[in-house]
Amino acid sequence: MIKLQNVEKVYRTSSVETLALNNINLTVNKGEFVSIMGPSGCGKSTLLNIMGLLDEPSQGHIEIDGRRVESYQDQKLARLRNEKLGFIFQSFHLINDLSVLDNVEIPLLYRNTSAKERRELAREALEKVGLSNRMKHFPKQLSGGQKQRVAIARAIVGRPEIILADEPTGNLDSVMGNEILAILQKLNADGATIIMVTHDDSMARQTHRLIRLFDGTQVQ
Amino acid sequence: MILNYIKIAWKVLLRHPFYTFITLFGISITLTVLMVVTSFMDHLLGVHYPEGNRDRSLFVTSVVQKDTTRSSRSSSPMSVRFIQTYLKTMQTPERVGMTSMFTFANAYVNGKRIKLFTKYTDADFWRVCTFEFLDGKPFAEQQIKTGDQVVVITDDFQKQYFEDDGKTVIGREVEIEGLRYRVIGVVKGSPATRPYSYADVYFPYTVPKSNYERGNMRGNFIAILMAKDKSELTTMQSEFQQAMSRIPQSGTEYGSKYTNFTIKAEGYADQYMTSFFGDDDSRRVFFFTAVAIILLMFMGLPALNLVNVNVGRMMERASEIGVRKAFGAPAKTLLYQFIVENIFITFIGGSLALVFSFVIIQLINNSGWIAYADLAINPTVFLVSLAVCFLFGLLSGVLPAFRMSKLKIVDALKS
Repeated sequence: MIKLQNVEKVYRTSSVETLALNNINLTVNKGEFVSIMGPSGCGKSTLLNIMGLLDEPSQGHIEIDGRRVESYQDQKLARLRNEKLGFIFQSFHLINDLSVLDNVEIPLLYRNTSAKERRELAREALEKVGLSNRMKHFPKQLSGGQKQRVAIARAIVGRPEIILADEPTGNLDSVMGNEILAILQKLNADGATIIMVTHDDSMARQTHRLIRLFDGTQVQ
Repeated sequence: MILNYIKIAWKVLLRHPFYTFITLFGISITLTVLMVVTSFMDHLLGVHYPEGNRDRSLFVTSVVQKDTTRSSRSSSPMSVRFIQTYLKTMQTPERVGMTSMFTFANAYVNGKRIKLFTKYTDADFWRVCTFEFLDGKPFAEQQIKTGDQVVVITDDFQKQYFEDDGKTVIGREVEIEGLRYRVIGVVKGSPATRPYSYADVYFPYTVPKSNYERGNMRGNFIAILMAKDKSELTTMQSEFQQAMSRIPQSGTEYGSKYTNFTIKAEGYADQYMTSFFGDDDSRRVFFFTAVAIILLMFMGLPALNLVNVNVGRMMERASEIGVRKAFGAPAKTLLYQFIVENIFITFIGGSLALVFSFVIIQLINNSGWIAYADLAINPTVFLVSLAVCFLFGLLSGVLPAFRMSKLKIVDALKS
């Protein structure tokens, strides 16, 4: 489903060069639930961003669903992200000016989906995460756990095959965290491939496979 | 999707009332000035009462005679003789109206002086113009021929001269400059900004004191050549040129010799410009360049300011940009989103400007600064304003939108 070959990421400023990822080779198969762990600053989020086509590697190759994406231009990359990938961020990244329903609709705005269909799909996604009674609310009116569930609804509304979650429980208490993990497990059971960055060992243990990074290098 | 963009734009406006005030104030004041100026230009040059046939008419307003041997130059309107001989005989015009430029006169009511503007016209003047007769009718050819001392007055003059007893004034007499005239018509007046139709009192050109017989070529009258429709203007112009080319270039006028003359038939706007700039095209080019630069600055400076405000405001929305890109928005779509939002905001400013302009225009119309002023936000003014709003929105939105659409997703999400 996702294949990384000799991936390197170097951050350069005028005076400093930092190697964030060093020669990463990994494959995530369809239907897997993979967690990525490692100490702060080891490159977990950078790796997830590269896998999610949010950032470009300095070197190496990426394949998504059998397609090499190095040569893809903005328009093609955007379409691939829209159709294949869904994102869940630690700090939710909801748009405060839009209602819950409008937030969830965002990925569908960039497809040829009618307004009516968008509404229906967004409602369905919110029902899946148990928030159908909060559709008209705005993000500021929600708790952290509810916000993350909205973010999950947004990630799944376009029915992507891959969901990338960057510390989805990082800002939540353990009860809420477990609820979110349960939702992710259910999505995985329904066929989604999930890659999750986490600091939490107990959560990582509940996934199929663990990838461990240290100083930008894959150690497990 | 556009609804989604507009919702966001609206919320962003509400988020920072002070910035919103500054933005909308800048846009609305700029557009108000532009709309009032456009409205005034339209009032001056557009097709309006009582010159409702301007768009199918050519105006012949002056003849210039030069004596190249003495470097002298005389310019004035034309004589009745010249108009009758060379213009009234043209085939293409449906009508050729003739009127003097307005002159001053006095009338007295109960010892109180009323200052008047008067005009001498022919019968075709009433057909070339589209005056609304509130009472009575215009003078006819026969009354011109017999030099009847009749007069058409405006409703304003009627109010000043006659007691408002609700009775018709048709058939009653007015005394102007010691001569008595019988009122045969009352018209709704023309604004003072339309010099070829503006007056308080209109006499047949054959009444005493009109001096219509003086002059060979130069005199005190202008001619309005009205074509059957707009499409015949070119043919009418050609016929005019041919007719003029048959007149000998040299001759004598008021005891002075001239070696050549020039005369033009122009559309209203062109002759209006000629009255300011003469025949010197370079002066016209300079004037319009200066106006264009001033307008550009007038729109450009607030637009630049708005660019600045927009960049700041969009930077606050970096996270939103990151999210939209992450979920599949291409840079082009985001560029479009921000431009749509900006145009939406500009249109709110435009709507406010429309209200302000309407109020200002009503104030001008009702202030009495210009008698019979009829400034309006008509479809032309509205369309120009709409185009200006759009241009303003684009000017102030494209650059920040382009900058923001190029943000890297990871950088945007980190903001």
